[in-house]
Amino acid sequence: MRTWLIKNGRVLDPANGIDAVADVLLMDGKIAAVGPNLTASNALVFDATGMVVAPGFVDMHVHFREPGFEHSESIESGGKAAAAGGFTSVACMPNTMPVNDSATVTTYIVERARRLSPVNVYPIGAITKGSAGEELAAIGSMKQAGIVAISDDGRPVMNARVMRRAMETAKSFGLPLINHCEDLHLSAGGDMHEGFESVRLGLRGIPGCSEDVMVARDILLAEVTGAQYHVAHISARHSVAMVNFAKQRGLKVTSEVTPHHFALADIDMPPYDSNYRMKPPLRGCIDVEGVTEGLVNGAIDAIATDHAPHPGSEKMQEFERCPFGITGLEHAISLSLEKLVHPGLISLGRMVELLTVNPARILNLPKGTLTPGADADVTIFDLDRKWTFDVNKSLSKSRNTPFHGHEFRGGQVATMVNGRFVWRLDGLNLG
Amino acid sequence: MSLLGIEDLGRPEIEAILTRAKDFQASTAKYDTLKNRLLVNLFFENSTRTRTSFEIAAKRLGADTISITASASSTSKGESLVDTLNTLGAMRPHAIVMRHAASGAPHFLARYLPTPIINAGDGTHEHPTQALLDARTILDNRPSLEGLRVAIIGDIAHSRVARSNVHLLSKFGAHVVLCGPASLLPAQLAQLAPNVTLTYNIREAIQDADVIMMLRVQLERQHETPFPPGDYFKFYGLRLEHLQHAKPNVIVMHPGPINRGREISSEVADSNRSVILNQVENGIAVRMAVLERVMGASQQ
Repeated sequence: MRTWLIKNGRVLDPANGIDAVADVLLMDGKIAAVGPNLTASNALVFDATGMVVAPGFVDMHVHFREPGFEHSESIESGGKAAAAGGFTSVACMPNTMPVNDSATVTTYIVERARRLSPVNVYPIGAITKGSAGEELAAIGSMKQAGIVAISDDGRPVMNARVMRRAMETAKSFGLPLINHCEDLHLSAGGDMHEGFESVRLGLRGIPGCSEDVMVARDILLAEVTGAQYHVAHISARHSVAMVNFAKQRGLKVTSEVTPHHFALADIDMPPYDSNYRMKPPLRGCIDVEGVTEGLVNGAIDAIATDHAPHPGSEKMQEFERCPFGITGLEHAISLSLEKLVHPGLISLGRMVELLTVNPARILNLPKGTLTPGADADVTIFDLDRKWTFDVNKSLSKSRNTPFHGHEFRGGQVATMVNGRFVWRLDGLNLG
Repeated sequence: MSLLGIEDLGRPEIEAILTRAKDFQASTAKYDTLKNRLLVNLFFENSTRTRTSFEIAAKRLGADTISITASASSTSKGESLVDTLNTLGAMRPHAIVMRHAASGAPHFLARYLPTPIINAGDGTHEHPTQALLDARTILDNRPSLEGLRVAIIGDIAHSRVARSNVHLLSKFGAHVVLCGPASLLPAQLAQLAPNVTLTYNIREAIQDADVIMMLRVQLERQHETPFPPGDYFKFYGLRLEHLQHAKPNVIVMHPGPINRGREISSEVADSNRSVILNQVENGIAVRMAVLERVMGASQQ
């Protein structure tokens, strides 16, 4: 295995309080040292002058569609897209076919990932069998097989009693419970955020309160059960406020936001463009302000993409018939820079924290730091390079993103997993 | 050029259509303006009057027309909307009139298809030719739309007729009062255009109205009960006694088909204040003006 010396980058390792120009030495797949003027006789050198060197990014919310929907994405293609976006670890949601509600499916995903994915893939198990919201899945067995959290993402548990039992079970196994908060009665039939735009376009609304009421319920249940609870893709401002409230009460409550929910509002959608259709929907401007504030004040702990690939044949339909979701792995960093760091809303260090150590801690992963001895997962990106996102060059199997043709400032340069380059902008020295 | 909605039309374009429609109102003469031009009527949703109206309009202008309804087309065989339209587009029609249950379906197709599309009603979004024929009908009874008080009553939330009318009337300086129960009258409607107000009270809506536009109620087609169905006519149905609160020369309109005893009483529907059949008649004249504009020689 090669020894790599990453020279002269701006090393950002929030977990260790490091933000300085330094070198990073990687040996035997581990971080060997971080510091100024490092040398190693046999090392290959990567010159990172002018670039940021950070722990590998952790995306705690992706859909890799395998098993069952490999025409949309696979563990291999999703893993490649993750690497291109600077993510070295991802947690994949269980809404596959079959649903990841058993140790068998979990083991299948773990094995496929080990063989085919360039990045670390951590499965998330279903809360209930078939994510049907009724009977608890084999949570303990799945934990033994490798799940890092439970969630019925996309099909939230509507029954509060089932949710309570799920939280108690999750707590027993030391697993976080992640919920896609959406009261399905309030959101039923909805196409986009309920507001002026939905009324103007004649599309059925998904009200912000459909998220809020479930966040409220879950926080109360988290208090009763003492479970570790995480709100997926938070989008509504009152939900952000309630997570803040829960934190102030000392509950083990965390939340994540997607780049598109802080980058776009409902008014940004070109009329009936299905690449802007996702759940939760792009909210109103006041909600975008709310989640941005949450990123600043700490109510929101992580940035996660909710990478949700769908093939063109499913997105080329009447708006109301298109499936929900957009891809997100390959422009998450650039959107974070554009919307949060470049305008000065958060520091670069805070951005890195939201993408590394915070999600790693929520999922209890030994990831997200450059601590000597840690796995040598490293993300190298720049802050100023102008580039244009071309969806036709995406490594994902799907093309459903609203950011095709978008010009970004700053982006991914190289991605390392276990001390090897798994993606490089210049295509050199892979493997 | 497609006609997808009233929202994006300017006053001069609307005025041109309404003025031209007046020429067509007078007689049932046949023209050869659109001779050798092909119009496809593509209806993914049931409609008798709108489809027939477009067909008659096209025939009076000398166009060839083909009408296709969704049940008879290949959509029932799983063909996607894009493929259906591409197939029809390959037959080189000069325009496609399209009705679809999904809001935005014609806008989606207009992005991919070079053929001009005339929106004959998309979901709960717009129904531009209905608003145009409504405006023509009002102008047959009033010198101008400016300053008129127009009450639109019923299920506003799900009404494409209401949206198109709000945009059109507001552009010409009318004051639009939207009325219905709160579940069918989202507050954001007040921002749809200037000079729009909302009320849950039918008396208030009708007070001093120049025009009362009733909308068809389809409580049974909604997947929930947004309002107690038994109470609807009592609180939102238009009855003769209401008319005394409106201007003496008020006109009563309805896009049809009407549900007697549901949103409007028979006495009102058949009264001398009702212009419902004039609306139907004007539909042909207005659609002739629209077809001429979209498909006419100068457009090719």
